[in-house]
Amino acid sequence: MAENDLGTYSGRNEEWRLDLRKKLKTKERIAINRVKMPEADPLSRIKSYVEVNSGLTEEQAVTEAQRCLDCVNPTCIEGCPVSINIPGFIKSIEAQDYDNAIRVLKDTNALPAVCGRVCPQEIQCEAACFYQTKLKKPPIAIGHLERFAADRARNSGKAFIPEIAVKRDGKVAIIGSGPSGLAAAGELAKLGYQVTVFEALHELGGVLKYGIPEFRLPNEIVDFEIDNLKKLGVNFEKNFIVGKTADFKDLREEGYSAFFVGSGAGLPMFMNIPGENYIGVLSANEYLTRVNLMGATKVDFDTPVLKGKNVAVIGGGNTAMDSVRTAKRLGAEKAMIVYRRSLEEMPARNEEIQHAKEEGIEFLVLNNPLEYLADKNSRVNKMKLQKMQLGEPDQSGRRRPVPVEGSEYFLEVDLVIVSIGVSPNPLIPMSLPQLETSKWKTITVSPDTMQSSVPGLFAGGDIVRGGATVILAMGDGRKAAQNIHNYLQNIMKSKTTASKQDNNQNKK
Amino acid sequence: MPKIISKKYLSEKVVQLEIEAPRIAKKRKAGHFVIVRIGSNGERIPLTISQANTSNGAITLVVQVVGVTSYKLSKLETGDEVTDIVGPLGNATHISRAGTVLCAGGGVGIAPLLPIVEAMYKAGNRVVSVLAARDKELLILEKEISAFSDEVFVMTDDGSYGQKGLVTDGMEMVIAKEKIDQAIVIGPAIMMKYASMLTHKYNIPTLASLNTIMVDGTGMCGACRVSVGGRTKFVCVDGPEFNARDVDFDELLMRLGSYKNEEAGAYKKLLI
Ligand SMILES: Cc1cc2nc3c(=O)[nH]c(=O)nc-3n(C[C@H](O)[C@H](O)[C@H](O)COP(=O)(O)OP(=O)(O)OC[C@H]3O[C@@H](n4cnc5c(N)ncnc54)[C@H](O)[C@@H]3O)c2cc1C
Ligand SMILES: Cc1cc2nc3c(=O)[nH]c(=O)nc-3n(C[C@H](O)[C@H](O)[C@H](O)COP(=O)(O)OP(=O)(O)OC[C@H]3O[C@@H](n4cnc5c(N)ncnc54)[C@H](O)[C@@H]3O)c2cc1C
Ligand code: SF4
Ligand code: FES
Repeated sequence: MAENDLGTYSGRNEEWRLDLRKKLKTKERIAINRVKMPEADPLSRIKSYVEVNSGLTEEQAVTEAQRCLDCVNPTCIEGCPVSINIPGFIKSIEAQDYDNAIRVLKDTNALPAVCGRVCPQEIQCEAACFYQTKLKKPPIAIGHLERFAADRARNSGKAFIPEIAVKRDGKVAIIGSGPSGLAAAGELAKLGYQVTVFEALHELGGVLKYGIPEFRLPNEIVDFEIDNLKKLGVNFEKNFIVGKTADFKDLREEGYSAFFVGSGAGLPMFMNIPGENYIGVLSANEYLTRVNLMGATKVDFDTPVLKGKNVAVIGGGNTAMDSVRTAKRLGAEKAMIVYRRSLEEMPARNEEIQHAKEEGIEFLVLNNPLEYLADKNSRVNKMKLQKMQLGEPDQSGRRRPVPVEGSEYFLEVDLVIVSIGVSPNPLIPMSLPQLETSKWKTITVSPDTMQSSVPGLFAGGDIVRGGATVILAMGDGRKAAQNIHNYLQNIMKSKTTASKQDNNQNKK
Repeated sequence: MPKIISKKYLSEKVVQLEIEAPRIAKKRKAGHFVIVRIGSNGERIPLTISQANTSNGAITLVVQVVGVTSYKLSKLETGDEVTDIVGPLGNATHISRAGTVLCAGGGVGIAPLLPIVEAMYKAGNRVVSVLAARDKELLILEKEISAFSDEVFVMTDDGSYGQKGLVTDGMEMVIAKEKIDQAIVIGPAIMMKYASMLTHKYNIPTLASLNTIMVDGTGMCGACRVSVGGRTKFVCVDGPEFNARDVDFDELLMRLGSYKNEEAGAYKKLLI
């Protein structure tokens, strides 16, 4: 990549970068220890909803930024799904030019405060950092620094609203206000289009709001980013289900000429084992939505939620980890993860597993539920489990769990949260029969353009990938936005040529 | 926010509200429902669209007061606003020319039955309706149902109006008299259970419109799940109507009680 492709204020050969590099010797930089993120005390944080990670101080951030070697070939960028100019923003932090840090981040990432908190950095940018790959030392804390830059900008009171170069004709409808929809909306607004985001729920943010708990991602952070989009001119319509409240045909008639579908993967999966519909067995989505979106744990909110003393969460992903830690905060004495493989295969982020352990979550790995039993009121009170062992690797490359014969046993539980995955939200494909979907019911798109089989309809995020990540959803949104731009420009061009031809015809 | 255009009590605990919602009014079909939320701390509850008027862009809801949210909704007056309303949700009723259709409604279930009766009648079917309530005071929408029915029978538990007996007694009487090609039953889960056992006995294809607990209504949470023909279905996106013979009504009844203790406390608190 040519050096100055990375933005005006952040090229490696800018004077300030050259000066900065001279300030400390490589040896001195390497000698600094990786920063440790300050965290709320486990025993007190499980009694509240405070954010677990409390963020770096300015001093910590600048010191950590000094560790970064500003590599000639910054491999960290290759590890980032949206190729953030990582050394560009880190060096801005070292130079204490925080305005520039946020500007560089926002070049490729619409929601740095979110990504700094929830991205699996340890398997992305940080895994590809020179410290990790070559020096065998802890990588630069890229995620912590990203969060620092974003929080600093938010708290500075200065809004970083990019300038809109030109106003263009063209109305674009975004379906879903999750990270993919928000990213697409931001890009298209910056390009000068009229953008409306339609959201089925009464709150904006998708999983960022209803799924991820506030102890990991406070709602005010999501709201701040949404406010910035509003300032950019993006319209939001809540309580509006595309395909139901209005369909694509209606929206076309209202002047929308391109669409981005970011409707997510909603539909929870169940194991279809006996007793799964007893009272007290619920999906992670229901549990988390009641708590996060509907305020079920706050006084004066109308939505109820079931509480349990012995809570089992089935699954090992981020959603499972969020559910089990929520259960602990709602007063569970025993909050357990029941997972059929081993700790090594667990898909949740390392940090979340560590935090869960600190909070006293029990891990029943190599265990699989077979059946639920209930009391006379049909409330679940026991589960039948089977022990597992690991066999040969399967198609996913992970070792296949194999039941251990005769190992069944019973465990007392009074709340079970099923978190074994989701399948794509069916509403859009149901309302648009000509839309091509895969056998997993995801929307099929061309990987180059994110365009679906319906011209002018683009899609990305979980509705295309199945359950994936925030950063991948945002990357899709941005990519689709660029291609929507091309698509609309082509339409305009062919319209003008067509009307020129019409004019010529008329003249003849 | 959507405004309430008119309000009327149909019985002591059942209120009919006309609410401004032009987009929903335009799109809705028989069988569709909406989800409403009252107040910024409110809960989301599903309610069937009983009628829609495209000329003034209003939909009509008929609400029975059973708990916190339905109570709050019933306390709103003309000119007040509903915090959130989203829809139309669910699949529309499959309306066909079946021949003679038996439409049975119990209690507030008569409200969701109304648009189906209307659509079935307009599609050229012979419509025989059986309406049931505990007593005369609780019977709702008789006139509206009659306007789209060839015959209407009213049953009350105590005999204070119409004939004394349960909805199933009325249905059996109709079935004895004429050949029924299709039945639709809407009401409390327990009523639908016995009504569908009856029609099953006579081999009459029957639809039941299920009222489960819901949160989002878009297929995201799984709260509304029921077992139909031994498979897990989501009422909000797969329903709300199902082939009654395949529905596990006992499980439905059980699941409706999920939040009973939590809700009862909250409602009591609200009333003091
Ligand atoms: C509990 C939980 C924890 C997670 N933790 C992490 C994590 O730590 N790190 C990470 O990277 N990822 C995490 N993920 C995954 C990540 O949140 C998702 O991959 C991401 O949110 C997908 O974004 P999206 O834009 O595709 O859709 P979503 O965020 O799912 O948003 C879709 C939105 O579209 C709306 N919608 C759907 N249909 C319609 C319609 N027809 N009309 C209008 N609106 C509609 C929905 O209501 C929803 O608001 C987590 C997921 C969950 C559930
Ligand atoms: C698709 C659909 C359409 C519906 N249409 C209508 C309608 O047109 N008019 C109408 O009055 N109601 C209708 N309902 C039922 C309505 O949604 C519930 O009465 C409402 O959710 C109660 O809310 P609440 O907060 O007032 O009571 P809550 O405080 O939630 O509950 C009070 C008591 O009622 C019980 N309860 C809760 N939900 C239900 C339910 N769905 N059915 C029976 N008992 C329940 C609880 O166990 C509790 O004991 C419909 C339900 C569905 C799923
Ligand atoms: S690879 Fe690591 S040290 Fe090198 S530029 Fe990236 S973050 Fe800095
Ligand atoms: S109400 Fe949530 S899935 Fe049906």
